[in-house]
Formats: sequence, C-alpha cells, structure tokens
Amino acid sequence: MLKGYVNRIIPFSFVDGPGNRSAVFLQGCDFSCKYCHNPETINMCSGCGRCVELCPRGALTLSKEGIKWNSGLCAFCDRCLKVCSYNSSPRVRTMTMEQVFEEIREALPFIEGITVSGGECTKQNGFVTELFREAHAFGKTAFADTNGETDFRSIPELTKEMDKAMLDIKSSDAREHIMLTGSSNETVIENARYLASIGKLYEIRTVVVPGFLDNFRTVDFASRLIAPYPEVRYKLIRFRKWGVRGPLEEFPVPDDSVMEPLKELALKNGVKIVEVI
Amino acid sequence: MDTGCHLPAKGMQRGNQMNDLMRILKDPKLTYRQRLFSLSKAAENIGEPVKLSEKAQRFADCGIIYDMGEGNTPYCPRYVVPDYDKFLKQGSKFLMLAPPSDIWEAVSNLQIIYHHVPSVIGLPVYIGHLDRLLEPYIADEKEARRAIRMLLTHVDRTVSDSFCHCDIGPYDTRAGRIILELTEEMQRPVPNMSLIYNEKTPDEFALRAISAGLTASKPSFVNDGMYSAEWGESYAVVSCYNVLPIGGGGLTLGRLNLKKLADASISREQLMNELLPDAVLAQCEQMDKRESFIIDECRFFENSFLAAEELIYPERFVGMFGLVGLAECVNKTLGATAQEKRYGHCEQANAFGEEIIDRIDKLVSRYKPKHGKFYLHGQVGISSDEGVTPNTRIPVGEEPDLPTHLMVTARMQKKFPCGIGDIFPFEATAKRNPKAVLDIIKGAFSMNMRYLSFYSSDSDVIRISGYLVKRSDILKYKEGKAVLSNSASLGSEAAGNLHAFERKVRSSDDA
Repeated sequence: MLKGYVNRIIPFSFVDGPGNRSAVFLQGCDFSCKYCHNPETINMCSGCGRCVELCPRGALTLSKEGIKWNSGLCAFCDRCLKVCSYNSSPRVRTMTMEQVFEEIREALPFIEGITVSGGECTKQNGFVTELFREAHAFGKTAFADTNGETDFRSIPELTKEMDKAMLDIKSSDAREHIMLTGSSNETVIENARYLASIGKLYEIRTVVVPGFLDNFRTVDFASRLIAPYPEVRYKLIRFRKWGVRGPLEEFPVPDDSVMEPLKELALKNGVKIVEVI
Repeated sequence: MDTGCHLPAKGMQRGNQMNDLMRILKDPKLTYRQRLFSLSKAAENIGEPVKLSEKAQRFADCGIIYDMGEGNTPYCPRYVVPDYDKFLKQGSKFLMLAPPSDIWEAVSNLQIIYHHVPSVIGLPVYIGHLDRLLEPYIADEKEARRAIRMLLTHVDRTVSDSFCHCDIGPYDTRAGRIILELTEEMQRPVPNMSLIYNEKTPDEFALRAISAGLTASKPSFVNDGMYSAEWGESYAVVSCYNVLPIGGGGLTLGRLNLKKLADASISREQLMNELLPDAVLAQCEQMDKRESFIIDECRFFENSFLAAEELIYPERFVGMFGLVGLAECVNKTLGATAQEKRYGHCEQANAFGEEIIDRIDKLVSRYKPKHGKFYLHGQVGISSDEGVTPNTRIPVGEEPDLPTHLMVTARMQKKFPCGIGDIFPFEATAKRNPKAVLDIIKGAFSMNMRYLSFYSSDSDVIRISGYLVKRSDILKYKEGKAVLSNSASLGSEAAGNLHAFERKVRSSDDA
C-alpha cells in the first residue's frame, strides 16, 4: 500500500475547483515561489527538532523516526511553522489512500469531488493516482492543482485517472519564471498545451504582482494559449501577503486599476471565462 | 407533578390592561398600522383564555406549553393557505372579480385577495406559488417583469411582514427566473421565499436560486421528495417554513418548550415516562380546545367567502404541534457540560434527542382532536426566547464541523411534516462558486434534511430565525426610528437573544 505525505485535509472547500470539494494538500514542492502562501509545504521535515522545544502544548516530540506530532494536544498556533527555517512542517502525516478517505468520509455526500493540491501533487503521483481512482469509485470527480513542473505525458496513469487539472502559469518568460520559482517554465507551458488539447485543463491561474512581475506579458501569452479551448477558464489572482516570507512580504495588493485591464486583455484575446479574485 | 411555578394574580393582569393599551397608542416606534394591529391583539386578550383542565393549565402557567400569543380568544386559523391557482381560474363572486385575461389582471386580482386572507398577523402568511400562478399569463417577458416587480413591491410595502411567504419551483419557468432576478435586485426581506426542489429541478435554475440566496438570503430550499410523500403535490411553505396543505392551513400552533420541561424534571426516567407524555397531552388539549373555539364558537368557516368559494376546505386544516429547545433538553437531562458530550457532538446525546422526538411523534399521532389532525412542527423561536434553541437545532456557538452539523440536522428533521428548518451562513467566497452550495444541498436532501436556508455573511438582508430582516432596518429601529417592516422590531430583539449575528459562518476551509 502506497503512502502519501499529507500536509492538511480540508473536507469542504469552495475555492479548489468546481462545486464543493474535499481538498488534500500534499507535502513537498519542486518550486520555491517567492510569493508562496504556504511555504511550510515545500520541503520534507529534516528532523532538526527546533520546533519541538517551542511548542507551548508539548504536542511535538523528537524520536528516532523523526518528529512526532500529537494532533490532540495541538492548538494550531503555527509557532512550529514560523520557527522552521527549512520551509517544512512537523505536522505532516504519512497516510494511506484509505486513511485519507476515512477522514473525508462524512464529507462525501456533500462534495462534487476531491482536489489534490500541495505542495506539488505530481511528486507523489502513485499515491495521487490511487486517490483519484478511489474518488471515482465513490462517483466523485478528481482534480489536480499543479505547478506543471512534471510532464503529464510522463505520468500517464495519473493523467488518465485525473478529470481535470488547475495549472499555474506564473510567468511566460523563462528567466522571470526562474527568478520567481527557481525553475524554468518550459514544461509548464507544454503541460498547459497538452492538457488543454486532451480536454483535461480546467483552469489556468496567474498571480499578479505589479512592480515585481511583467503581468501584462504573461496574461497576454497565457490567454492566447488557452483561447482555442473555450471551456478553459483563466483566474487572475491578486497578490496577497498572507503567509508570504521574504522580499515580497510588504508588497501591496493590486487594485482594480491593475486587475481590470488584465481581465480585458484576456477577454480580448478570446478567453471566455475570466475571473479576478 | 410539581412544575415549581405559580399562577400570576388575575387582578394584576386586568389592572395592567389600560397601561398596555396606552403604551401601544403612544409607542413612537410603531406606525399607525402596527398600533392598530397591536390594539386588536390587546382586545382579543381581554377575554379569559380558552379553559383548560387543571393539569394542562399548570403546564401553560409555567410556559412549558404556549399558545404562541395567538390571543386568548382565537377567531381565525393561525395560517390560511388559499388555493390561489383555483382563484385565478375561477375569479371570485364575493370579490366581484372575473378570471384574469392577462398578467396585469392576474397581479391585480392577487393583490385584492391578499387583503382578505386572515392570519395571526392580520396579513397573509402565504401569497401563492408565484411562478406557477403567473407563468400562464406571460406574453411578453419585459411586461411580465414590470408586472411581477409591481406585485413584489406591493407585497413588500403593504404586507411588510417577513412571515409573508411565496413559493417557486421546482421547474424552471420564465416567471421563476424573473422572480429570482428581481429578488436579487430588490434586496427586500418581504416576501419570504422557498424553492420547491426535487430531482427534476434543473441545476441551472437551482444555481440561479442559490445566487439570489447568497445576495438576498432567499429563497430557501425545500426537499420536495419528503414533503410530497406526506402531503401530495398540493402543499405550500408559508410563514417561516411551515408546511401546510393548499386549500387549507394551520388552525393553531402550540409550542412545547423542551428546555423548560427538562428544567422541571428530576431524571431522564421521570422526563420520558411522566413529564413528557403529560406535557404533550396538555399541549394537544390546548390546541384542540382553541381549534374548537375557532370553528365551533366563532364559526370561522361559516362566514368566510374563501370557504364558500372552495378556496379553502375545513378538512384541509391541521394543527401544528410545535417544539423548541431539544438541544437544551438533551444536555440538561444528560448533564452534558463538556462540548464532546453535548447535543450535536456526541452519538449518545444525538440518539437521546432522536428518542425524544420519536416519543413526541408517537404521542401526538395517537391524539385524536375534534378537528383535523396534529403534525409536528419545528418551531423557530420567539423574539423573547433566551437560552432556548429553535426546534432541534444545535445552539449557535456550539456548531460542529459542517458535515457533522448537516448530518445531525437531517437526522433530527425526519418527523416534522408541518415544517422545520435550519440556517447556514456561508462566507462570501460561495458567491463565486454557487455550485458548492448546491452540492451541499443535494447531499443534505439525500440524507432527508427537509429545509435549508442560507445566506452570505456579507448580506444586508439576513435570516434571523426563519424570517428575514435588513440589518440596516434593525439599526434604524434600535436608534428609535419607525420602520416599515414589522419584523424589524422582532429581529432587533431576536438578533440579540438568538445570537443570529454570531452563527458560525461556513467558510471555504471550514472543516
């Protein structure tokens, strides 16, 4: 039985795809985005133990197998996350597919499907494939929220079990993409084209950070890319500083004077559904 | 049985009557109409209450059973649900109206008959299944929109009471769409509105209704499968969420306060074996006698053109056996103080709650009143309630995670053919994803939840207990200004006592 590293499970989510969904956030990501909202999902715990002594409830203990987290004692004050210099969390659980579904069992009658997010879900593609298969067995849809760094052609089983993906196009420019995420955007863009062509792209998203990214260029490029696929929606996301660490911490939230022209651009380029949030 | 309370002295009551009248006359917060209505209510209450047996009277004196302030001497049914479909088809001899030939005449005829529909609020609590009524008269959609806007405005400004209710659905109609669009646009609390929902309701229409609900807090969703199994197709949702046969109505509403009952009991055994059966019997007796007064002494049906023209039939009237405070009753009786042991959170507590409802249901269905039958109704509370939770709801502030909350709610709503409902405020993100709310409704209805109301946490029109008020009206009323809506005064009090503003808002990452 495969096991997955689960950062968090949200039984009801209104913001992770169509309808009401259970969202499963996996641990581990191959990007290090400067505007990451949940940087504690990026790396696996190194077991350094720094958080253990700071836990006010004694919910963390250091053992040979690493840090143990007692959820019953935890007050979710997030001090452990703040003190971690390694962009990780001691609250990651190793779970089987059955355990995940046991946790969302009560939510199942009320959801359209599940969305596996991250972290980057394709890094645990075997586990995710199992989750998707089980979701379908329950008559639920299976969505992936992905950074697009893994070529979906190279993980055909996951791609087959997945109904649709939600994919970030963070930047259309390779150098800017590397500056922002630490990786190039070639595979991301190739994935957008591929997934759209097989009818498995639900939406693309771009986070707008004026003064830091060339948002106009990216939106222009990405909207042209998906325009031939009228069912693919484009979500333009205002940068917000919640959870962000580093140089972008104090950047402002862009207002409508920034967002509306970008929306108009995407519509003009032929995208049918554009949402600003 | 010692219920531990005493009768108030009668002389004192009488002495206060003139003061009460003067208070009404001089109340600067009441409009002329509101004063007139309050005066008539006060007059009704000068008479002695309908005589009860000594045993039943003791439960009434303690407030364990309550006649819902319907008046000491009831002279009309609490809720009258005329067959408006028939009225439009046949016109009215008494009102000298021919059947309408276009939408303007249809709207005008309805507005006229509304003036003649009696109820406990002096105004109709049901104004019809509006989309079904008006769809046949739609020739031009633009014109229909104007006519329907006129009707809704008329009702809002004249009935001005959020207990006034209309129904729509389950089918997608032009009239239904227009009503939903206007609901969203007008942002008014009156009329209250329910969407009769079943598997034939197209998702697209349901999503329109949800979008309206997230901006205007209406319509609520009705699980048609459950109600049509009990009443057939010809039922209506009226007032808060009372469900009654069309062409009939609800004669009286009695209310059993389970919290007070638990306070008076010394053990679970005594509650279940002595107090509860006695209290149920007492309430049935009170309802029975009050209904006899309406029908046999005031001869309501004999001087009603609605009955003469067969828009109502005496045999389609029922009695509503209401109850509140199940949560407090369960927690008190089990001595449950820790959250995980309390109603809504603990299987033992929930099972006990279900046992209480089942017992009440058995006792009530065994009772044979002189007129009609009695059915359970999950009463929504009154504005002066403090520390007692409406019907079988989980108290505000103790809401469990949403899936559990929905499941407990569905489980407890099974035995309430005369209506029960719960309310879920959603975070504003739901507006961008109304399908999420539809998923929740579908899930809840598949588990036999009867009725679900919702609103968005940022709405101005919000649901207090079952009825709607504008937050802005409550603020005005609190500042001492008269407002058009009767419900603002109720809402002002109830918002405090029922903690309506403190309900757990269901957010996108709510577990």
